[in-house]
Order: sequence, then C-alpha cells, then structure tokens
Amino acid sequence: MSARIGVVTFPGSLDDRDAARAISIAGGEAVSLWHGDADLKNVDAVVLPGGFSYGDYLRCGAIAKFAPVMSLIIEKAHQGLPVLGICNGFQILCESHLLPGALTRNDHQHFICRDQKLRIENTDSYWTRDYSMGQEIVIPLKNGEGGYVADEKTLDELFAEGRVIATYQDGNPNGSYRDIAGITNSRGNVVGLMPHPEHAVEALTGPSLDGLGFFTSAISSLVNA
Amino acid sequence: MARVVVNVMLKPEILDPQGRAVQGALGRLGLTGVSDVRQGKQFVIDLEGDLDAARSAKLEELAGELLSNPVIEDFTLTVVD
Repeated sequence: MSARIGVVTFPGSLDDRDAARAISIAGGEAVSLWHGDADLKNVDAVVLPGGFSYGDYLRCGAIAKFAPVMSLIIEKAHQGLPVLGICNGFQILCESHLLPGALTRNDHQHFICRDQKLRIENTDSYWTRDYSMGQEIVIPLKNGEGGYVADEKTLDELFAEGRVIATYQDGNPNGSYRDIAGITNSRGNVVGLMPHPEHAVEALTGPSLDGLGFFTSAISSLVNA
Repeated sequence: MARVVVNVMLKPEILDPQGRAVQGALGRLGLTGVSDVRQGKQFVIDLEGDLDAARSAKLEELAGELLSNPVIEDFTLTVVD
C-alpha cells in the first residue's frame, strides 16, 4: 500500500506540480486537492506547495488560510494529520497558527534564488526521519518574504524542544532569526520549511537529491504506521 | 452610512525593510535628518447603515484575524463618521 499525499493548488500556487512529482519519485501517490473544495479525498498527508497564493494579497498566506480546503486541513492537523508547508505553504501554516511566528520581507529587500546549504536539526518529525542529525543538505531557496520572526520566548522554546528542523548554513539568506529555515509543531506532524526540497529530487534538474528525504520520511512513516 | 478606518503597523521590534528603503530614498531626494520610516497599511471600510454593536465587535475581531497578523502587527480601529 502506498501513502496518499494530497497537494493543494491555490490560485497562484507555483510548485504544486513539482511537489506532486517529488511525492511520486519518493514512492507515494500524489493526490491533487483544490483550494475551493472542502474535501481531502481521504489522503494520509498534505503538502502545501510554494508560490503566491491569492497573489500574496494582504500578507503572504493570509487569504489562503480561509480557503475551504484549509479549514479541513487545520482541523485534521490538530488531530495529527502530517502537513508539510513549503515556502508559501510555510507562510500559510504560520498565518493559520499551526506553527508559531511569521515570515516577513527579506531583511536585504531583494528576492533571493540560490542553492542553499542547510543543517538538519530534528530527525523526529514526520517529514525529517530519513535524515541524520546534523546532516548537511543543499536544496534550492527562492523567496522574497522568507525572514522567520518570532519573539525571544518562542525562539528559545523552539530550540529547547528540538522543534527547529533545519538551519541555514554558510550565510543567512533572508534575515531569519537564529538562522531558522524550518520548524515543526510539538507533535511533529506539521512542518514548515522555507527552501524547496521538491526541486531537489532529480539529478537532471536539481542541485542534489537531498530534498527527497522529506517525502520519503512521511511516506515510510505512513506505510509503517 | 458609517466609515471605519483600520491602520495596521508592524510591531516596533519587527524589522521593516520597506520602511528602511523609503528612508534611504527620502535622504537621496534631499530630505535631511530622517531618523526612521515605518510603512503600514490603511483599510477604509464603508458600511451601509449605522455601525451597531454586533458589527463593531465583528470588525474588531476581523481586524485581528484577517486585516492584521497579531504575531507581527498591531492595528488601530477608528470610526470616522
């Protein structure tokens, strides 16, 4: 039995196709979900892909959190449904308060697109179990509003509880507090990540195959559950 | 008819790169002594009829849920007329 992983398409999503392709390459079954449908099609997990949902109007992810499909995802995520939010998906998860903090405009004011080295800091979450602690990976990063911010107390808690899943190495690309590239909730089922693992799953197009682990982690967790 | 104005600003401790860019431009265009610029958003909301207590409470709620993100922003809500 293969794991069914839903990928939500919002108006303005860019990376839904790549996310679906990464899920297939990782051995899962990708299921398309539509923002306007209050139907999760019995998926075992959900990926919120990168892009510019609703044109980034108001704030990145602010409108998307009210989409019909999101009300179901928020409810199920609280019950343990594995959810991975990449880039705009991470912004949506923060706006939905499934993850603490917020993503703000890059401190240097420029959109940035480059291959980014990360260090894996958590190997317990649903989406990071196939990595080893301290492993360094290189995956693409592309954002204009990727600066992770939260108050000092929240930042201290995230590190103390091992909920930072990856940090930026060799230079902070966007001013994220304490070099945070991704975080998880206390249960480990909801993960937000600013760089793009779905673009690093094939030798032809990616800088590495390092992104595959996020998808295989969830798939093996679900199949063995 | 009632008009409500909601102003949203980043919290003081959150870096505002747009405000900083505007500050730089003001200086380059000849305005001296600009010590800080913060950029915010303003929503002008026109309502049919009078603003009753129920709609006023709903507006206050949505100003914090939709118009602003309380993690990084503060808002003020003013009934203009």
